[in-house]
Amino acid sequence: MNDKFNKRIIEDKLSHVKYKTDKDSHIIVDEMVCEKCTTKECLYVCPARVYSEENGKIKVEYENCLECGVCKISCPKKAITWSYPESGYGVVYKYS
Amino acid sequence: MQNVEKIDVIVVGAGPAGVAAAVTVARGGKTVVMIDRADLAGSKNMFGGAVYLNSIKDLFPITWEEAPYESYISQNRYSFLTESSSVEINHKTLNYPSAATVFRPKFDAWLIEQAKKEGVFYAPKTTVRALLLDDKRVIGVRTDTEELKAKVVILADGAQSNLAQTLKLRKPIKPKDLILGVKETFYLENSKIKERFNLVGNQGMLCEYFGGLSDDEASGYPFAMGFLYTFKNHISLGIGINTEDLIKMKKTPYELLERLKSHPDIIPYLDDARSIEYSAHTIPEGDFYHMPKLYTHGAMLVGDAAGLVNNVHFEGTNYAIYSGILAGETALDAVKADNASKRVLSAYEKRFKKSFMYKDMKSYRNVVSMLRKMSNSIFLKYPKKMDEFFTLFNMVDTIPKATKFRSFALKTGRAVALDVPKIAKTVLEVLK
Repeated sequence: MNDKFNKRIIEDKLSHVKYKTDKDSHIIVDEMVCEKCTTKECLYVCPARVYSEENGKIKVEYENCLECGVCKISCPKKAITWSYPESGYGVVYKYS
Repeated sequence: MQNVEKIDVIVVGAGPAGVAAAVTVARGGKTVVMIDRADLAGSKNMFGGAVYLNSIKDLFPITWEEAPYESYISQNRYSFLTESSSVEINHKTLNYPSAATVFRPKFDAWLIEQAKKEGVFYAPKTTVRALLLDDKRVIGVRTDTEELKAKVVILADGAQSNLAQTLKLRKPIKPKDLILGVKETFYLENSKIKERFNLVGNQGMLCEYFGGLSDDEASGYPFAMGFLYTFKNHISLGIGINTEDLIKMKKTPYELLERLKSHPDIIPYLDDARSIEYSAHTIPEGDFYHMPKLYTHGAMLVGDAAGLVNNVHFEGTNYAIYSGILAGETALDAVKADNASKRVLSAYEKRFKKSFMYKDMKSYRNVVSMLRKMSNSIFLKYPKKMDEFFTLFNMVDTIPKATKFRSFALKTGRAVALDVPKIAKTVLEVLK
């Protein structure tokens, strides 16, 4: 996985997505579990690159979430609590 | 919901399944509230691109032609890709089309408008967080702001349906149960779309792509396909990939999409096309063996929430509509009898079992698992063999044809012969 390439293409794609961003995150990760995780599926399965690694910690950019829920089912440690954003918030598709 | 006195039926989710269920209840003269978490109708919904016209007609027989259709699919193309080649089969028909491309936000808004006209109460911008239970009986829903009670609750809340899981109607979802769809929508003016895809008037095209996402035979080709739909002034290009296979591949969905976009067969289609939106969604794998239980005391599951799809034929919205109608009819019976017990709601399952959906899902029960097991063949080996054959056929040189064809036939024959028993067995099951 070429990380730089991935970062560039997703940033370009997300620049065309509209959101109504909530002030609170609808995604919570269990840092203790994540720290010990060796596979970190969330880093690559998420179609919006919501999850990235910073100083060994999982950083969650919930405001980019496309609300597919794939992260939650892909985490083998069940360390991701993902619920729908507050009513009316989150991604707003127009041409989907 | 201060303006509604007493609710008979609550429908969670305002996609095609929810609308079909709600409209059916309203037509029977009962009070129905359809709840959706989106502020703007349909703005959380996404699919590849086309609805089936007969299902829209069956739901709204009078107004179905007025829906905001984009293009009518008159051309289905099947494209087999290797890294540097493509072989295509194109079916074009001038007969009446059976599918049309739509944008879900616009189309679902239209569906909801029709439902409201027939008396459905629509509550947008409302997220259902939990179900209200009395012992094991579902008696209503808890939203972000209030509790609403009803005699029957119909869950049309999509592929991930958390609510169905809390009721234990379905087992916790595993990666292999879901397909992740990602797509990009491009703006491209109508005249260019027509030229590029050989279309006239309001004709549209769906192209399905087999192969082209990986050439790594050793680690196995993912169960994944590409698709391209044409709209009036837009095209959508995307992929659907089984989540378990994506995990195994250790690749991001968007790099796979980029790979498809950069295929030499697709690059010219996207020339001048401007990317305007990127979207993602999950759909059920449609496994007959692991279908959820469709009902319990006071509640029923419809559409994606019930895992009702036939992915081989890209069927989903039609299953949503027809299952919604069946659940709506059953809800009406329950409200009239003032009894939404498991026994009364079991009529929904009986209705479902008589439908084409159950029959198809049953006869296709092993198709997807077979195709998944044959991923390397379908997505890598066959496209390569097709490319080899046509390269051979079109190559004019000084080697005698018999020599060339003999060597090709020997190699290919052996490779294909191994797959034949598997394919034959599954096809016979479909026909039985």
